Amino acid sequence: MNTLYLRRRITNALAMTLSMLATLVGLAFLAWILWETLRQGISALDLKLFTKITAYGEDGGLANAMVGSLVINFIGIAIATPIGVLAGTWLAEYANRTKLGESIRFLNDILLSAPSIVMGLFVYTIIVLPSTALTHGSTTFSGFAGGVALALIALPVIVRTTDEMLRLVPSTLREAALSLGVPQWKLTLQILIRAARSGIITGVLLALARISGETAPLLFTAFGNNYMAINPIEKMSSLPQIIYQYANDPGDAMHALAWAGAFVITMFVLLLSLGSRLILSRTKVSHD
Amino acid sequence: MTDSAIATNPTPVAAAAAVPPKLAVRDLHFYYNGFHALKGIDMDIPSMQVTAIIGPSGCGKSTLLRIFNRIYAIYPKLEAKGSIELDGENILDPSYSMNRLRSKIGMVFQKPVPFPMTIFENVAYGIRHHEKLPKAEMENRVEQALRSSALWNEVKDKLKQNALGLSGGQQQRLCIARAIALKPEVLLLDEPTSALDPIATGRIEQLVEELKSQFTIVIVTHNMQQAARVSDLTAFMYLGELIEFAQTEKIFTKPDKKQTEDYITGRFG
Repeated sequence: MNTLYLRRRITNALAMTLSMLATLVGLAFLAWILWETLRQGISALDLKLFTKITAYGEDGGLANAMVGSLVINFIGIAIATPIGVLAGTWLAEYANRTKLGESIRFLNDILLSAPSIVMGLFVYTIIVLPSTALTHGSTTFSGFAGGVALALIALPVIVRTTDEMLRLVPSTLREAALSLGVPQWKLTLQILIRAARSGIITGVLLALARISGETAPLLFTAFGNNYMAINPIEKMSSLPQIIYQYANDPGDAMHALAWAGAFVITMFVLLLSLGSRLILSRTKVSHD
Repeated sequence: MTDSAIATNPTPVAAAAAVPPKLAVRDLHFYYNGFHALKGIDMDIPSMQVTAIIGPSGCGKSTLLRIFNRIYAIYPKLEAKGSIELDGENILDPSYSMNRLRSKIGMVFQKPVPFPMTIFENVAYGIRHHEKLPKAEMENRVEQALRSSALWNEVKDKLKQNALGLSGGQQQRLCIARAIALKPEVLLLDEPTSALDPIATGRIEQLVEELKSQFTIVIVTHNMQQAARVSDLTAFMYLGELIEFAQTEKIFTKPDKKQTEDYITGRFG
């Protein structure tokens, strides 16, 4: 009898130790990354980072890259959100438990894990190359093309979260509305989307966090620009692309700027994630 | 088929035979993805009375209720055969408008499910879909519905607040208000108190008593005492069949069928 309990206690302690170790290893790397970004980035943090453009090299800042990132991310989210929310709604409310719906959900999951460089090449082929033909040969990389590439990455994230959040809405809510004679479209737009609102917003914020760190899809699309560009039909710089470029530079001052850029992106993503957590937790309280 | 069913099955409740029934169920069969869940139900539900449907879990009582407003039809692979006549018109006929059916037959569910909007909007939402009312009249309608569901005094000062902030019992009375705001003729209650505490349950039962002067009420309950307390007629179902349907007093004191007696006395279920 006692040996049985003892054996269970040992197994329990062992499993606990192993899983805690695994957690610690994971967390340690995360902490290390955050610490290193903070340490290296904070020394290069300077007002000129936000006022000067990259054309000045090591005496410059990252202003054009930050503006470029904002514009490109905005375009990406602005394209992906309406399409993603509508597609997710269709999957959850109109095609749920149908063969077509299941296949599309599966395809969306594949898109979710597609390598981001493929998205960049795809947009290069469907937007950059054809518009090059229009301009008689001069290559037409643009912030817009970059935005489309990021939209393709954000889209499956938004589809997935919208779909899942809507499917979490209890079916009794649907029955209650339908039993009042309310048609499906009204139910979806006026009740279900409202009930799943915070989850859908969180999905959009997470998609934004995801695309704001993407480099590869921008290389063949937005390309980069050492000067300030606000019009998305021009070539545009972005933080991840500048980090990539400066990190490859031999100069220490350039490395410091790259670290500063990394720090800015990390903070941005961190704040976005915290923000979306906050939205989710607040609505959970009000549902109880 | 339907005619012969009527001929071979004498009207179950003699008392109701004189007046035409509000809902006349004839040879009703129901299939869940091929599974035969209701096996030829015949039942006359009289107007302005409370009819309770009791029976052990899985007997088909909720299934039957959910056919009365065709809410089952939102799920694939469910099929109802036979007929249910509301004032003489077959509501299972595909040409019977869903809008019309659901404005005539309201439903309240097991769990209170307020919409994610204000208390006022919860009640006004359904009305707005069926009628276009001026503001003052709408406010009047909402107040009436909340008064009828005995909720007005508790919420009159917070109509603009989110309905999810109400207690479970209040939410359920809000759902009743939402249903009766459409002025239906029949009110279906699907185990409306099973998620509530005894005090909230008592309130709902009292409410059922008050509402029966205005509506024909059909209530499904797993609680036999509740059926005995609130209903005029009781139907006992078992394994998809209607075993016995009579005055509540008769069902609970001297039922005709052995199975009914066994269930009532707690021998199974």
